[in-house]
Amino acid sequence: MLRHRKPKPQLEEHDEEEKKLKSEDPAPTSKKRWSCVDSCCWFIGLICSIWWLLLFLYNAMPASFPQYVTEAITGPLPDPPGVKLQKEGLKAKHPVVFVPGIVTGGLELWEGHHCADGLFRKRLWGGSFGELYKRPLCWVEHMSLDNETGLDPSGVRVRPVTGLVAADYFAPGYFVWAVLIANLARIGYEEKTMYMAAYDWRISFQNTEVRDQTLSRIKSNIELMVATNGGKKVVVIPHSMGVLYFLHFMKWVESPAPMGGGGGSDWCAKHIKAVMNIGGPFLGVPKAVTGLFSAEAKDVAVARALAPGFLDKDFFRLQTLLHVMRMTRTWDSTMSMIPKGGDVIWGGLDCNGANGRQCQAENFNYGRIVSFGKDVAEAESSKIERTDFRGAVKGNNFANGSCQDVWTEYQDMGIGGIKAVADYKVYTAGSILDLLHFIAPKMMKRGDAHFSYGIAENLDDPEYQHYKYWSNPLETRLPHAPEMEIYSMYGVGIPTERAYVYKLSPTTDCNIPFQIDTSADGDDDSCLQGGVFLVNGDETVPVLSAGYMCAKGWRGKTRFNPSGIPTYVREYDHAPPATLLEGRGTQSGAHVDIMGNFALIEDIIRVAAGATGEDLGGDQVYSDIFKWPKWTDLASQSDEQGHRPPIMRPELILAAIEDEMWQSGR
Amino acid sequence: MASSILRFRKLCYVEPVNCFSDPKIKDPIGPSEALPKQRKQRKQGREWRCWDMCLPESPGLKLKDRGLSALHPVVLVPGIVTGGLELWEGRPCAEGLFRKRLWGGSFTEIFKRPLCWLEHLSLDNETGLDPPGIRVRAVPGLVAADYFSPGYFVWAVLIENLAKIGYEGKNLYMTAYDWRISFQNTEAHSLKFDSCCVKIDWASGVRDQALSRLKSKIELMFVTNGYKKVVVVPHSMGSLYFLHFLKWVEAPPPMGGGGGPGWCAKHIKTIMNIGPAFLGVPRAVSNIFSAEAKDIAFARSMAPGFLNSDMFGLQTLERVLRVSRTWDSVISLLPKGGETASSQANHSHPITNSSNGKLCFGVEDPIQFGRIISFGKDSSQLPSSQLKLNDVKELLQNRANQKESSCSGEVWTEYEDMSKESIQAIAENKAYTVKSYLDLLRFAAPGMMKRAEAHFSHGIAENLDDPKYSHYKYWSNPLETKLPDAPDMEIHCLYGVGIPTERSYVYKLSTSNKCKRIPFRIDDSANGNDGECLKSGVYFVDGDESVPVISTGYMCARGWRGKTRFNPSGSPTRIREYRHKAPANLFEGRGFESGAHVDILGNVAMIEDIMRVAAGEELGGDRIYSIF
Repeated sequence: MLRHRKPKPQLEEHDEEEKKLKSEDPAPTSKKRWSCVDSCCWFIGLICSIWWLLLFLYNAMPASFPQYVTEAITGPLPDPPGVKLQKEGLKAKHPVVFVPGIVTGGLELWEGHHCADGLFRKRLWGGSFGELYKRPLCWVEHMSLDNETGLDPSGVRVRPVTGLVAADYFAPGYFVWAVLIANLARIGYEEKTMYMAAYDWRISFQNTEVRDQTLSRIKSNIELMVATNGGKKVVVIPHSMGVLYFLHFMKWVESPAPMGGGGGSDWCAKHIKAVMNIGGPFLGVPKAVTGLFSAEAKDVAVARALAPGFLDKDFFRLQTLLHVMRMTRTWDSTMSMIPKGGDVIWGGLDCNGANGRQCQAENFNYGRIVSFGKDVAEAESSKIERTDFRGAVKGNNFANGSCQDVWTEYQDMGIGGIKAVADYKVYTAGSILDLLHFIAPKMMKRGDAHFSYGIAENLDDPEYQHYKYWSNPLETRLPHAPEMEIYSMYGVGIPTERAYVYKLSPTTDCNIPFQIDTSADGDDDSCLQGGVFLVNGDETVPVLSAGYMCAKGWRGKTRFNPSGIPTYVREYDHAPPATLLEGRGTQSGAHVDIMGNFALIEDIIRVAAGATGEDLGGDQVYSDIFKWPKWTDLASQSDEQGHRPPIMRPELILAAIEDEMWQSGR
Repeated sequence: MASSILRFRKLCYVEPVNCFSDPKIKDPIGPSEALPKQRKQRKQGREWRCWDMCLPESPGLKLKDRGLSALHPVVLVPGIVTGGLELWEGRPCAEGLFRKRLWGGSFTEIFKRPLCWLEHLSLDNETGLDPPGIRVRAVPGLVAADYFSPGYFVWAVLIENLAKIGYEGKNLYMTAYDWRISFQNTEAHSLKFDSCCVKIDWASGVRDQALSRLKSKIELMFVTNGYKKVVVVPHSMGSLYFLHFLKWVEAPPPMGGGGGPGWCAKHIKTIMNIGPAFLGVPRAVSNIFSAEAKDIAFARSMAPGFLNSDMFGLQTLERVLRVSRTWDSVISLLPKGGETASSQANHSHPITNSSNGKLCFGVEDPIQFGRIISFGKDSSQLPSSQLKLNDVKELLQNRANQKESSCSGEVWTEYEDMSKESIQAIAENKAYTVKSYLDLLRFAAPGMMKRAEAHFSHGIAENLDDPKYSHYKYWSNPLETKLPDAPDMEIHCLYGVGIPTERSYVYKLSTSNKCKRIPFRIDDSANGNDGECLKSGVYFVDGDESVPVISTGYMCARGWRGKTRFNPSGSPTRIREYRHKAPANLFEGRGFESGAHVDILGNVAMIEDIMRVAAGEELGGDRIYSIF
């Protein structure tokens, strides 16, 4: 109807003109009757009107409308934990400190190059990532750090966002801490009793102090909160890499002044009530290895399998993966998550290490974190032919000049080096370190100054006073604070990356020479999917890494925990959201989504309001973490013949562990 | 349009382009080695642009070229209304606003749910704190007051320039405090009086501990920046707040911060007060009295009936009055010092007279500026002998018996308790001076003044050694406190001059005397002759549009100059005045040489002064255009 109405008056108007025109030039007029312009304008007008109408309706809609719809469909929702506990009469008691993990904290620009004009104090990381699409190369340039120092490149200052806004939402609508904050606010928490310990998660832990004095700020803020809240100790809630960061902080704060914070040996006992670690990668994550090795993890590998050629191409001449790799390799903090404890923890060539077996047992060894070829991953160790890569000549890359400005250390490596790496066939947690040293010497040189991945033989050795050991729970003692509590809270029930099958890339000139072999799939219910072996965990961190320290390493009085700080393991079984309306779910166990898990939030609120671990009900375990072999068994199983650094030889530490670890009788 | 102009302007600040000089011409300032290289880049990167020519060079780049870099940590203290407030707990009508800004930002909630918004922003009428079930808190961090609303900068320009010479989160701190409540209440509100001593009552809850946080932050920045003292930059009411802090931090706990007598000398290098309201602002009186100031009076004369009618049944002015009367901090801005420092009813103080002579042309003006509020134009100009002055105190005593609450309705302004007779009596008194306006306010708003006078004092001290002056209510009045013992701590007063500023008002009785009406309003028909300073019922003097020169400059020029009783250790003071110059063209936005109260924060000369002090340079002496 409407469409017909519009052209009509125009026809009448033009009638006379048309008549005139006809006499002169009859051809074009007949076409004009259904000119597209009219309908187009009309159509655009319609779209605009509808758009404005919808916008108006959206703005006029009461804020609680989505909730009505949800309740109408699914029935009344359960009370959020904050409301429930408020009804129980809980009140804010202990101040809380949040320690965000890697990538969830926002970063903003304070000084930049020309291409970043107008971005002063705008978020480069977090938020909408608008700049990533507008000027990707500029963005990568500003997010990268200096390759030698691991600090800012000259002329660029990117700093963490401060305050609760730093990590409440990662991107609009994607919550990280927001749900927890909202629930804590219900029982009376506010800005003065909540503190987000925002730090630059790209640089190594000690460098956050050197550059930004972040550790000093955290110390000062905790002291202030304790003083202004009537002497009540704080409850610290680190998430993901924040767990390691806070471990580093606890050692730093008690160490004497130039290297540490000079708080004295009872600082933690005086100021901290509980450390409630959420999804902590205490012993590292295998994902970190592939991230450094080939800038890919399961997600990228799956994407590559779905759309082969897309990521490999010089898409828009951007060389996406290479740029990502170059950027992430400048971030020292990623090296804090390389698996720790070597073969003793993660398993050697012929043992599984400490694992929760979720899928069917098969002839596969989880200890082999990186294998070249599926058959190698499953073969017996005696049948694998390996040539040592250490000391192999790297050779020169012929294509060195053609790779433009992208710099990954692979360009310094020739075909010989790449072949040597592939010929070694199998890498365990111990030899992974050697591998990384081989392929990325500069990065690892930086990393070695800040992190360590071994197990300590003798913790009294003065060398362990160096800050590089502070974030490794296997090479430090917990502070002397018998009243402090340590919780390990993490999700279980999601397949989590544990080991990888690799292959050589087809083109080796400018690309990353290795990639995950996505064609390597196991049988139907096997753990091998798309080149990745999966175990139980929270999608990012395997149970081994998240729970082992609290379940075994620190349980009772051990040498890592000399004052016998009580530890609690709280696992949360993953249940995917029932309907779309639930969003990311209220019972999720996934690494980040667990921050919206009602059961976890309830536990945290109870502790913040004064409860102890016993009040919560002690351990809550779904995985078989307590049934796992003793550490000593693990150590004796491990028998790799390779050139293992002496510190990782299980024989040497066996006695020490046996004496101290299990004397509590657990 | 406006946003694109802002963007132009921003570009100029970010670009290292010398806006006035052609790139080929030699840079007049400090030719350093790095310059040629920069010029090369400039040539490649940028072509000539119009706004490069018409905008001045940003002070940040200019000083960076001269080799200045961040030295002293900087603390910014925002003033009233410029700081953002966010919701932490609210009534059902505010659902979905958790941690959203109620004040600052785009103010969308006013339009969506105005009554709900007003309810959440008002404070409890008895305690001056949050009403039960509502928690509205200050936004922390630099975002608290960098922009008041999108595009309207407050501190953003200064922050951006400071960042150019190396400032960042670790040496730049924005004090966040709830500017609605009284200064001591931002710390803690419940003191428990034991048999032995006073203690903070933790059980009954405390407010924000904003003063403790500020102290801890300054100490932290002092230590982490290599034991460099801080430079504090308060603006407007922030100056009073920081004055309060100076006394609080050295006072013994529990009332004070327990920093000890040397704290300020140890931690503070310079206090650079921007547009400080040390002796109060007359506007605060009219604000409390009838919720209107110049702007509203003008609006009323332009569109009569608009504000007066019950538009949408909202009774706009009455509601605003009710909300702003619950804000204790407004009281801190009332004129201070009584008749001694300011002026009296029967003769204007020489200071004010001369200042008015400069601005308005009639030197022989008959106006008595001392009369802050007069009823009728005539009474503002008559000599005092012909004025009929009743004793307001008598009225005050009568008031208790005059309760007549015939008006029902939700809006409560305290005027409803007043009878017509007493309103008439107020109007008959004709003139109120700096001394008697307090009685007037006590009469018009007894509840508010009772609350506020526990927190603020507006007198002038006879004997500063009197032990009563250790009470916190005197701390924010520069005429009733001594500066701390810190002979090296400098105090600067930086403010704009050259803009007509409200000084006193001509009032009339409101025509409609029915219920729920504010019975007094500015008489916008009272206009002076051409040369006079009276316009629409408001008398003007020299100032920065909000604060008259006497309030901004008097303490630095006289009260604290040298060793005085208010400044026993002789902390040096300095005055920097900035003559107002309206923006020359549209590209300049709010101007680079503005002297207006808030726009001065974008004044290039002032920013340069602040940065030079922060980088450890010495400023020259005073720079004075006004009467001092």
